[in-house]
Amino acid sequence: MSPSITTSSEANGNVSAATARAAAKAAVEAEKTGPQTITLAKALNTAMADAMHADPSVLVFGEDVGMLGGVFRITDGLTKTFGTSRCFDTPLAESGIVGMAVGMAMNGMRPVIEMQFDAFAYPAFEQIVSHVAKMHNRTKGAVKLPMVIRVPYAGGIGGVEHHCDSSEAYYAHTAGLKVFTPATVADGYRMLREAIDSDDPVMFMEPKKLYWSKDQVDLDALRAEHAANTERGTSSEGRAAVARPGTDATLIAYGPSVPTALAAAAAAAEEGRSLEVIDVRSIVPFDDETVCASVRKTGRAVVIAEAHGFASVASEIVARVQERCFHHLAAPIRRVTGFDVPYPAPKLEHYYLPGVDRILDAVDDLQWED
Amino acid sequence: MTISADHAAQQHAQQAAQQNPASDAVSKFGITVEDYMLPARHQIQMVGPDGTLNPHTEQGTQPGHEYSLPSEAELLAAYEQLVVGRRVNDQNSALVRQGRMAVYPSSHGQEACQVAAALCLAEGDWLFPTYRDSVAVMARGVDPVQTMTLFRGDWHGGYDPAKNKVGIQCTPLTTQLLHGVGVAHAAKLRGEDTVVLAMCGDGATSEGDFHEALNFAAVFHLPVVFFVQNNQYAISVPLAHQSVAPSLAHKAVGYGMAGERVDGNDIVALLAVLGRAVKLAREGSGPLLVEAHTYRMQAHTNADDATRYRQDSEVAEWVAKDPLSRMQTYLTDRGLLDDDRAARIAEKAEAVATQLREGLSEEVPVEPQDLFKYVFSTPTPQLKEQSAMLADELARDAASTAAASTATEAGK
Repeated sequence: MSPSITTSSEANGNVSAATARAAAKAAVEAEKTGPQTITLAKALNTAMADAMHADPSVLVFGEDVGMLGGVFRITDGLTKTFGTSRCFDTPLAESGIVGMAVGMAMNGMRPVIEMQFDAFAYPAFEQIVSHVAKMHNRTKGAVKLPMVIRVPYAGGIGGVEHHCDSSEAYYAHTAGLKVFTPATVADGYRMLREAIDSDDPVMFMEPKKLYWSKDQVDLDALRAEHAANTERGTSSEGRAAVARPGTDATLIAYGPSVPTALAAAAAAAEEGRSLEVIDVRSIVPFDDETVCASVRKTGRAVVIAEAHGFASVASEIVARVQERCFHHLAAPIRRVTGFDVPYPAPKLEHYYLPGVDRILDAVDDLQWED
Repeated sequence: MTISADHAAQQHAQQAAQQNPASDAVSKFGITVEDYMLPARHQIQMVGPDGTLNPHTEQGTQPGHEYSLPSEAELLAAYEQLVVGRRVNDQNSALVRQGRMAVYPSSHGQEACQVAAALCLAEGDWLFPTYRDSVAVMARGVDPVQTMTLFRGDWHGGYDPAKNKVGIQCTPLTTQLLHGVGVAHAAKLRGEDTVVLAMCGDGATSEGDFHEALNFAAVFHLPVVFFVQNNQYAISVPLAHQSVAPSLAHKAVGYGMAGERVDGNDIVALLAVLGRAVKLAREGSGPLLVEAHTYRMQAHTNADDATRYRQDSEVAEWVAKDPLSRMQTYLTDRGLLDDDRAARIAEKAEAVATQLREGLSEEVPVEPQDLFKYVFSTPTPQLKEQSAMLADELARDAASTAAASTATEAGK
């Protein structure tokens, strides 16, 4: 379907719709400069802008996402480019944001909504668990909810209480939600486009400490890749990636823990140990194949996540891997996770977060002497 | 880009001011904005419990809260649905007692609200019902047996919401109001004139989503009519424990919308009040809140025991205000309802009851693989694995059953 939406610019008689569209197109053209160094924030922003250009039913809303561009500036410029009908601020009420998005998705739109911080999404939990996750199943597929709930999550930014939760397990535990979490700049663009394209609801967990991490990416190449995937009906959805190849042990990480795992692998290399790093990317669906192929090859594994370890995504990964790779394992799989304590105050968070040393200690414990 | 933020914001504010029916009413009737938004001093009632039409001056109307009598055709169509609705409620309760349905939250006594909610909408409009609103769902045109699938227990829903533009019968209280708000918002962005009527009960007004839905609808100026059926009880808890507001309709003013109270057992007044609310919403007034005073004459469900929390005398008082008998008297006295017509209507109601009896007595085989089929548009590898596991389990069960029966045969 292609609804015609009157943007505020078009409703405003001073600026013709054609002028607005031409200006928006020019903004996209200006960005076509080949490989360039951009932040994860910019990659996410570009993904939303491109999706909004491609499909008028894509809408962005949430708290402070309009003129401010979001507290992390991820929606920067979208209201200016697309008007207040396509990117707008809502009253300060998370259940309202998610519940309204459900209705909009039921009625032909593809809402991309922002929960300002992980812990601020909890008032929306009922809508997410009871409706977002279940509508497709309850109606035997008659109602699809193509919506993306963006959640800046996890810690490492010195945030005060309620600003640093790793809430992914709540969503991963809920049947009917896809849960994606990018760790690289390119994946920020790639995975958010795929999430918006998905006919199923996606919890899009954005590691907030990586928002300002930079990498050299070619946005044109990513756009071309997305277009080619769309044409072929393929995607990277649901696939883990080998972030660093290695032979001695596998570090399995996602989101904010991927750079930490890579740093640990680099340090281990100096000590003569070759660690493979797997970036899980998609928690639901989970890529057993890629993860298990690596563990079968190396025979040893450490799972790294910021969230509390008890009843966590990390625990699920350990269980899945040992069920599938038991006879290939030279040692029990170790977890390096946050402690089972409420997320600590800024001056204490470095004790809590899985760091390189803790990961290397866990690797050392993988029974190398046998 | 050429559009400044300030410009868009100003334009939005101007637009909202122009579309404000409160200011229209203020200039037209010389009343205050608060007088327009607050419900009239008394509930709107056109036909009293004895079936006689109240004199115009005693219908509860006042300037800015004027209502006209619905047409004869509307009244007859509504009466027919009332009779069908009552029959549906009683038939479904019987099916539960016979063990052919898991549970049925009956709207016995609230049929006028049920019917008016469905009939006040146009074809392209949306209805968002609760679990107690099966009669409204059927009055909107959804197949009766499909409507009851939820309560029969073979799936969590039996109809396609998009087909008749009826949301799922929502169990988590008040969450559906926000879905209605979203449907209205999407329609408004596309320039469609869709109106949404979203239903909830008195207990539901205590939920946070009630507040969020009304506020969102008001802030985005959306065509939503919030329809509260105040049936006096949230399972066992009476209204006095939910709210000490002057009335639930008074909550409207807090959101900057108009509220109204109506006799929920008077379908004539309901059609008038809801009809006007839908019309105003369609014309761009923004949302409205209507509270209907009615009564859940039976227990919450078959699993509930209403004698533990209310007196028979209270129930008897409300039975005397029954929505069906008063409409029957009113239409008969007006010469619109004779024995022939009454018989034809009874026949229609019986046909629906038969459809329910037959449809719900039928053993519908459940498909275990459906468990995995609809969780996502495309099942995940994990679900494929689990689906194969269940298939294997069932195949082994079938094989061992077959082997056992062969052995029994051989032993004979």
